[in-house]
Amino acid sequence: MNEMTTIKTSPKDWETDQEVRWCPGCGDYAILKAVQRTMPELGVRPENTVFISGIGCSSRFPYYMETYGFHTIHGRAPAVATGVKLANPELDVWIITGDGDALSIGGNHTMHILRRNLDCQILLFNNEIYGLTKGQYSPTSRVGTRSPSTPFGSVDRPATPCSFALGSGARFVARGIDTHKSLPSVLKAAHAHKGASFVEIYQNCIVYNDDVFAPFTEKKAAPEGQIWVEHGSPVLFAGGTKGLALDHQNLRLHVVDVADGDWQAAGVIVHDETNRGLAQMLIDYAPGEGGPVVLGVIYNSPRPTFDSAVIEQNEAAAKGKKPDLQSLISKGQTWQVTKEPHAL
Amino acid sequence: MASAARELTPREASAHPAPEAVVVRFAGDSGDGMQLTGGQFTLSTALAGNDLSTFPDFPAEIRAPQGTTFGVSAFQINFGSTAIETAGDEPDVLIAMNPAALKTNSPSLKAGGLIIADEGEFTARNLAKAGYPDGVNPLHDGSLAKWQVISFNISQLTMDAVKPFGLGNKEALRCKNMWTLGLALWMFDRPREPIVDWLKGKFSKAPVLADANIAALNAGHAYGETAEIGGPMKQHHIDPAPAEPGLYRTVTGAESISFGLVAGAQLAGLPMFFGGYPITPASAILHHLSRLKEFGVTTFQAEDEIAAIASAIGASYAGSLGVTSSSGPGVALKGEAMGLAIMTELPLVIVNSQRGGPSTGLPTKTEQSDLYQAVYGRNGDAPMPVIAARSPADAFECAIEACRIATQFMTPVMLLTDGYIANAAEPWKVPDMSGYEPFPVSFKTDLPAEGEVLKPYARDEKLARPWIKPGTPGLLHRIGGIEKQVDTGHIDYAPANHQRMTDIRKDKVDGIANHIPDQEIELGNATGKLVIVGWGSTFGPIHQAVRRARRKGLDVSHVHIRHIWPMPKNLGDLLRGFDKIIVPEMNTGQLKTVLRDQFLVDAKPLNKVSGQPFRIAEIEAAIEAALA
Repeated sequence: MNEMTTIKTSPKDWETDQEVRWCPGCGDYAILKAVQRTMPELGVRPENTVFISGIGCSSRFPYYMETYGFHTIHGRAPAVATGVKLANPELDVWIITGDGDALSIGGNHTMHILRRNLDCQILLFNNEIYGLTKGQYSPTSRVGTRSPSTPFGSVDRPATPCSFALGSGARFVARGIDTHKSLPSVLKAAHAHKGASFVEIYQNCIVYNDDVFAPFTEKKAAPEGQIWVEHGSPVLFAGGTKGLALDHQNLRLHVVDVADGDWQAAGVIVHDETNRGLAQMLIDYAPGEGGPVVLGVIYNSPRPTFDSAVIEQNEAAAKGKKPDLQSLISKGQTWQVTKEPHAL
Repeated sequence: MASAARELTPREASAHPAPEAVVVRFAGDSGDGMQLTGGQFTLSTALAGNDLSTFPDFPAEIRAPQGTTFGVSAFQINFGSTAIETAGDEPDVLIAMNPAALKTNSPSLKAGGLIIADEGEFTARNLAKAGYPDGVNPLHDGSLAKWQVISFNISQLTMDAVKPFGLGNKEALRCKNMWTLGLALWMFDRPREPIVDWLKGKFSKAPVLADANIAALNAGHAYGETAEIGGPMKQHHIDPAPAEPGLYRTVTGAESISFGLVAGAQLAGLPMFFGGYPITPASAILHHLSRLKEFGVTTFQAEDEIAAIASAIGASYAGSLGVTSSSGPGVALKGEAMGLAIMTELPLVIVNSQRGGPSTGLPTKTEQSDLYQAVYGRNGDAPMPVIAARSPADAFECAIEACRIATQFMTPVMLLTDGYIANAAEPWKVPDMSGYEPFPVSFKTDLPAEGEVLKPYARDEKLARPWIKPGTPGLLHRIGGIEKQVDTGHIDYAPANHQRMTDIRKDKVDGIANHIPDQEIELGNATGKLVIVGWGSTFGPIHQAVRRARRKGLDVSHVHIRHIWPMPKNLGDLLRGFDKIIVPEMNTGQLKTVLRDQFLVDAKPLNKVSGQPFRIAEIEAAIEAALA
């Protein structure tokens, strides 16, 4: 996003008159509310904001945001967004996608938009299932997921979205939960980061994959199941009674108990969001692997964006040249015919 | 040597007329630099004022095994003092740099034509690689008797010429193509200066290479001048071709399309965004445009064909003229995105440089087999205008026309060209840009009237919807690939609405026929016994064949269609004015089928899918057979 005159809006200003058509109880409602609550805090103008999506339940999102919106085709939102941003870098571009859209059919585009570092926010709603096509397993579904296409359980290993992002060269990687109160602050950080900001949002599909994240999202599981990281703060959870420390011998993170709040004595690490190696370890600390899930801004280390580099080069290459088409086509090895033609 | 039948001029009727057109084919190993040699000979020929047409014919492999027949790269040029419209049926002169080049190219050589062969390369090893039986050397076994053969050791002569520069053997032999070019320049009395200048520029960082190549060029030229070979190896002079006064240059289709797209964007008053993915033979357009940033051109080499078109659609949505280009396989990948552009009614130009198919097919060979793909190749009822260029020079006009239709009607437009047009060069009278009527785009910025709702899918008199750029205050709306409600553009699955929107999309594209020129007749009468209907790069051979047949008194006309979809309004009546219709195409009969479907006429196919352009004689024979 670009520097813009801060303007005052309310969440209501970001709602459209369109009837929201997700299933009752879908996690997407909570994410929509969180985004609509976040937008006023960013001080941006609705008309300079574009929501671009692919195909899937999540990709209906743009219809419900009172901004410009483009509901494109399956997997291709990053490519459309690249054209939009390069054509008008003043626009604030948000990409809404899902686990199938971003990591299966559109995996290639997700990789390249992150590698190029196009200035935009990418919100990946991960529900570990294909909802819109009625419940087939997805590239993030866990091994053994029973679905219409895998009645005996899926046998392929899932992708880890944040790991994919980091491996693709993303400079901002964060995680959130659809219904969690911290989602707006994650979205704000994503918006503040100049470049491709990748946010994985655990989103509950109430119809086809209900409660798949419950082991760490349920109220009573949350303290032990969620580790919210913050730059410069110790990585603590369970009300400060536990933390993550580095097992130097094996170069991996492990959980340590913190007695009397003395996290330093317990060897708890301090989160450094610019440390890529640490980010990788935090991401890998994932459910299904026996540990709690790391959430919040995991990696944030900006570098120049693709759009700014393209514009800079366009301007440098055009500098001092006149866009004179007549002279362009008259250039090169030319010859002049002066005589009148004679009949053939 | 004349390629066109016509009445003899007094000069030609004299005992030793100068030839009016000559076809020369340079053939060698793909590492021998034949395309470069041909390109430079073309330049020199254009500067000498001849009309010309070229046909680069090269293998798909970058470096096929040396000396093999499938590694042969050839460049054919037809040049003369009269109008030249094809690269020539049969070469008059074949320059063969090795046995494989001789073997693959001599069959097309005109009887009595001249073969110049590099004897130094006709070693036992190279002969075997070319597939000649043990102990057989075509230069000595009389198998080339119907042609005139001159052979000398070009390799050795080149080595001798560049000796003073101390190059290694391999580098020295690389100058062979310049030696050959020097000889060809002498044979046809062409100036060497432009080549010398070009070499100096090309090797400005390695002056010794420039000097060695110039020395080889001069040595080849001097050889022609001084060697006492006599006989067929004589100097020819081809007079300049008559042409309209004006400034000329040579242009390839890839160049002219790039220029035309820039011109189209300028006439529309828009910046251009080009999303492309490398593919033969379309990549050259991406290369040309990427150098034209001062014209407001942004080029983006995308991660794949789909991203290339999707980014162009995004750019169009944001207010640029989105353009993408590819060849058949890539266009297939873009199909779904074309549907999105049709559904969201955004301007977009898709250039298809056709090549032999299906699948990977013949990447470097020409074909016209993507017409069905262009007209019909999408899911759903997805009408899209299609325009086809007939020649490198014509591609400039077609590119402008594609931009005009895309922006005026808010629609994707397919521009068909092919490998032949993309790579071939022809003289081009540089157009006066002030003669083109601008078609400026106006974005919608005015707010709906009090009590009115915003209608992003309202229609103007052409049935085009307004173009609203993101960033415009007060006109926020959402678009997408789901069926749109009439006027408001909201999602709407209602049966009656889908019927109406489908009708509107069809009527909009059909209505373009009211805004394009009537179909003209290229040659011949507006009614008669036979009409030859063509499209695309078959223009040259069809035109020449019809011209020859008419000079023999046959009642035949030539119609060449630029607007493939929608077709010109008068085309049906025009075709019905002829007893017979023949449609020559480099496919198995695609335009033929469309014509039958659209007009219920008995169009007959004439097909060729060998990867080579039609020869004039092939079409001429079909005309004669039809009128016999």
